[in-house]
Amino acid sequence: MSGPIYMDHHATTPVDPRVLEAMLPYFTEKFGNAASRNHAFGWVAEQAVETAREEIAALIGASPKEIVFTSGATESDNLALKGALELYTSRGDHVVTLSTEHKAVLDPCRALERSGAARVTYLDPGPDGLVDLDALRAAITDQTVLVAIMAANNEIGVLQPLAEIGAICRERGVLFFTDAAQAAGKVPLDVEAMHIDLLAISGHKVYGPKGVGALYVRRRAPRVRLAPLIHGGGHERGMRSGTLPVPLIVGLGKACALAGALMDEEAARLTALRQRLWDGLSARLEHLRLNGHPTQRLPGNLNVSFEYVEAEALMMSLKDVAVSSGSACSSASLEPSHVLRALGLQDDLAHSSIRFGLGRTTTAEEVDEVLERTVAAVERLRELSPVYDLVKQGIDPKSMQWSLG
Amino acid sequence: MSARVPARIPSSPKSPESLREGYSALVVEHFERPRNVGGLDPVAPDVGSALVGAPEHGVIRLDLRIQAGVIQAARFKAMGCGVAIACSSFVAERLEGQPLAAAQALTRVDIVRALALPPVKIHCAVLAERAIQGAISDYQRKQAPSAAGEAPPPVRPA
Repeated sequence: MSGPIYMDHHATTPVDPRVLEAMLPYFTEKFGNAASRNHAFGWVAEQAVETAREEIAALIGASPKEIVFTSGATESDNLALKGALELYTSRGDHVVTLSTEHKAVLDPCRALERSGAARVTYLDPGPDGLVDLDALRAAITDQTVLVAIMAANNEIGVLQPLAEIGAICRERGVLFFTDAAQAAGKVPLDVEAMHIDLLAISGHKVYGPKGVGALYVRRRAPRVRLAPLIHGGGHERGMRSGTLPVPLIVGLGKACALAGALMDEEAARLTALRQRLWDGLSARLEHLRLNGHPTQRLPGNLNVSFEYVEAEALMMSLKDVAVSSGSACSSASLEPSHVLRALGLQDDLAHSSIRFGLGRTTTAEEVDEVLERTVAAVERLRELSPVYDLVKQGIDPKSMQWSLG
Repeated sequence: MSARVPARIPSSPKSPESLREGYSALVVEHFERPRNVGGLDPVAPDVGSALVGAPEHGVIRLDLRIQAGVIQAARFKAMGCGVAIACSSFVAERLEGQPLAAAQALTRVDIVRALALPPVKIHCAVLAERAIQGAISDYQRKQAPSAAGEAPPPVRPA
């Protein structure tokens, strides 16, 4: 095998050539503005946008009219949170979310707190990454406007029990918003069965283009209203002004259609490959820890802590394998991942974690190659590790007094 | 137009030649082929030993055998990022054969310059400097007359 291996599909995915092919005409000969109602150039563009709306809606069991196009999941998250808190002031000002949410949810929450627009409760998940439903029930008050809990975690891949969360929210009369950037197209989502009121989608996480996303906004029972972040021509039912990026939207639609058609097959294949990687690692290396729930997780996600090894050195050893780590060892940021910390991991374990993100292009051959290289790298780095020496001598490193000073 | 579009996603998408651009060739060299890996007898009177850092931020162990004021042997082990390992290897290699005074004069600044470390990695050089100072102190403690008859000082944090 030659060339680098891409195993970081939670960061981004390549555009599927079928998606690119669908997009290309809309850059050139079909360049019309979807808002041009008075000539055929506009009608062609509008038709393409409406087809994409249908494709995206079909993936999540929604109606096409409930899809609002945005620049990506970050904007969708901001629109859902800030838009709802601004319009539902008569209902209250309280948000319940998880401490393991993506920064695109946590940071808008912080901003709302700073401006005095909201009070936010951050729930810690259990050690497996799953939300505690009793804690959720207890956190909802008569001032709660919205519950924001992600569908799948971007680091540990854990799938939250959306149907149960949705049922609780419906019963208590609060809105349920879920960031599904990682989950959409990977696992089944149904906004009706799961009682989801707002749902964020990203284009580039589902083999579509970067720079486009969508927000599902429920229209009936209840009709959800949002104040716009961006004002202008009143596009997207007034919730998101700006000329629609038709080629990107066509790409997002096609990507969602493909993901829906391939979902069962791809999920089964990636679950088997993920298991092959974990089985191989755990058969050949000691002192591993699987982060996140063992089965209730994205098919392509494996997050492992390799004790007594630093993830950054491991990534440097895996020079032709693109993976990701919950650790950033720099003097500016010695803080490990907020997600792993929320699971209760000690900092040393959090700094030892690697995220393997398998995707549509991943082959069994690549998995075997990554397995071999990872085992070799971990063994080499442990040979170099003075902490591992202590462990081999039967000394628990945690029993020792360490100092940075 | 569609002829230029590949039929499926290439199984090995083209990507950067190296996934760790940004570090100097010397850092990569020391990380890939670290020098002087190992340890020396920490209770020997002519060996100074240090274990510095913390598991969550990087740990260096450095052992120096010092005879007649000259470092005869330097061995290290390190857990940390690639730069921490490279700094330790660089220091161990550099110190061997050096007079004690030269070892004492080897500072974080020298290490940062020699390995062309980016600012965010200066703490790795600081840790390596602390390992040098710690190992020399341990040796000097053992050599001090008052140490005679006492139990060997701990080589590790208690």
